[in-house]
Amino acid sequence: MNFSIGLTVNGVRRDVELDDPRVTLLDLLRERLDLTGTKKGCDRGQCGACTVLVDGRRVNSCMALAVSHDGANVLTIEGVSRGDQLHPVQAAFIAHDGLQCGFCTPGQIMSAIGLIQEAQTGDDPERIREAMSGNLCRCGAYAGITEAVLEARQSLADSKQRRSA
Amino acid sequence: MNNFEYVRPATISDAVTAATRPGTAYLASGTNLLDLMKGAIARPSRLVDITRLPGLDRVERLADGGLRIGTLVRNADLAHDPDFATCYPAIAEALLSGASAQLRNAATVGGNLLQRTRCGYFYDVASACNKRKPGSGCDARDGENRLHAVLGWSEACIATHPSDFCVPLVALDAVVEIEGRNGRREVALENLHRLPGDTPERENVLEPGDLIVALRLPAEARAFAPHARYLKVRERTSYAFAVVSAAAALRIEQGKIKEARLALGGVAAKPWRARAAEEGLAGAGPTADAFRRAAQVALADAKPSGDNLFKIELAQRILVRTLTLAAAGTPDRIPALPASPFSSVSGALHVA
Repeated sequence: MNFSIGLTVNGVRRDVELDDPRVTLLDLLRERLDLTGTKKGCDRGQCGACTVLVDGRRVNSCMALAVSHDGANVLTIEGVSRGDQLHPVQAAFIAHDGLQCGFCTPGQIMSAIGLIQEAQTGDDPERIREAMSGNLCRCGAYAGITEAVLEARQSLADSKQRRSA
Repeated sequence: MNNFEYVRPATISDAVTAATRPGTAYLASGTNLLDLMKGAIARPSRLVDITRLPGLDRVERLADGGLRIGTLVRNADLAHDPDFATCYPAIAEALLSGASAQLRNAATVGGNLLQRTRCGYFYDVASACNKRKPGSGCDARDGENRLHAVLGWSEACIATHPSDFCVPLVALDAVVEIEGRNGRREVALENLHRLPGDTPERENVLEPGDLIVALRLPAEARAFAPHARYLKVRERTSYAFAVVSAAAALRIEQGKIKEARLALGGVAAKPWRARAAEEGLAGAGPTADAFRRAAQVALADAKPSGDNLFKIELAQRILVRTLTLAAAGTPDRIPALPASPFSSVSGALHVA
C-alpha cells in the first residue's frame, strides 16, 4: 500500500510517495530527499544526532514515522544558514570549538536552536547543559558546546532587541 | 521492524473499532513503541495512528476545580505550562526529569502511562522473558538485576515501571479516562497498572480497543502545591531512568502535617503509592524522625529480587529527602537539574 504525504522541508514543499509505512522521518530525509546533514547515530532516540525541528520543536527524527508526519513543517541543518551567512548557532560552534569530529554537530546545532526558541534556560550554563543532555558527543566537546549555546543565545537576543528598537 | 498496516482514523470511535483487532497497537508519538518495534520486542500487525483525533490535545480546568489533560498533550507542553507547574509542581518536576528535551517535545501523556519496562532482558529478544513471551522464564532472576523491583514482584517477573510522571500522579489521585468498545469509563491511575503475579504480560487493566483519552487530577491535588517535590536517583546526572524516585506532597497547617501523599518510582511494576506511610504522617510534625518512620513503613514489605538490597535502603533515604524538601517548601522555580538529589537549591541534607 502506498501513502502520499506532503511535507514542507526547509521552506520547500515536498510531496513524497511512501511505499512502506516503516520509513522514519530520518530515513525519509536522508535516503529519499538526499538531505544527509541529519545524522543517524543510534537510531533509537538515545544520541540526538538526528535532531531536527518539526513544526518548530526539536525532536529525534529517528523515532518519528514519516507517514504520521503528513503536513509537517521540518527544518534540518541544511535549512538554517542564509546562503553563505551561517546561523548564529553555527558561527558560535565554530568560535567556541563546539565540535571535534563533527558527527553529532548537526544534531547539536538543531537542538541548540530548539533550546533557544523554548526560552527555558536563561543564561544559566547548568540549565543549558541539562537542556542539551539529549545530544551525546563522543569527542567530549561539551564545554565548547555550552559556551557556544550561551553566546548564540545572547547574540540572537541582542539582534532581536535591535530589530524591535 | 516487522511490516504493519497503517490506519489513521478520524474519530475516536473509529479508532477504537480499528484497534479491537488482535495485534493492533495505538500510535501516538511512538517514542517508546518505535524503539520496541525496531528491536522486534513489539511486532504489531496494525498501527492505529491517533495523532489526528480531535480534542485530545487540550488541558482544561474543570468546573469542580479539577484538571483534565488530553492524552495527546506533549510532556514538554504540560511541564512548561506556567499554570500547571504552579498548581502541580511535583508533576512538572517529574516530567522534566524524564528523558531528553527532544523526547519530551514528542512524547504524550497517554504514551507515558503505557510505556513498557526498560528491563534489559525484556529488550533482549534472545533472553527468556515472561513478559515478552509468556511461559519462557525470566533471565533477570539470575542476571544483572541490581535495578529491578523490590516491591510487588513475583517469581515470573521482577521488572519495574519506568515512568517518572506517574509517580506524583498516583500520589495525587489521578484518574484515567478510557474509551472502549462499551463506551467511556474511568480508572484510578493507581489501578491502571497490574502487578506481575503469574501473568506479567498483562501490564494493565486495558482491554482490546481501549484508548486512554484523558487524565484527570481532582480539585484536592492543588492544595499540596506549597509543599510538593519529586526526587530521582539516576546513574548519570541527566537523561536516565530512575534507580529509585519518590514524590512527596504535604498539607501543613499550624506546623503539623494535615495530610501527606507519598509514592515511589523504580521499585515495582507500577507507580507505588505508600498509603500506610501517608497515614502515619497525618497529625505529625514535619520532623526527621517522623519522615524516617514513614520511610520504614513505606518499605516494610520490600524484599530484594536480586542484587538490589541497596534499593530498599536507598528508597527510604530518598523518601526522607523528598519529604524534607517538600516540608521546606516548593521552590519558586524548578531547579536547573529537575528532581536531582544533588541540586543545591533548598537541601543541605546530602546524606540522609
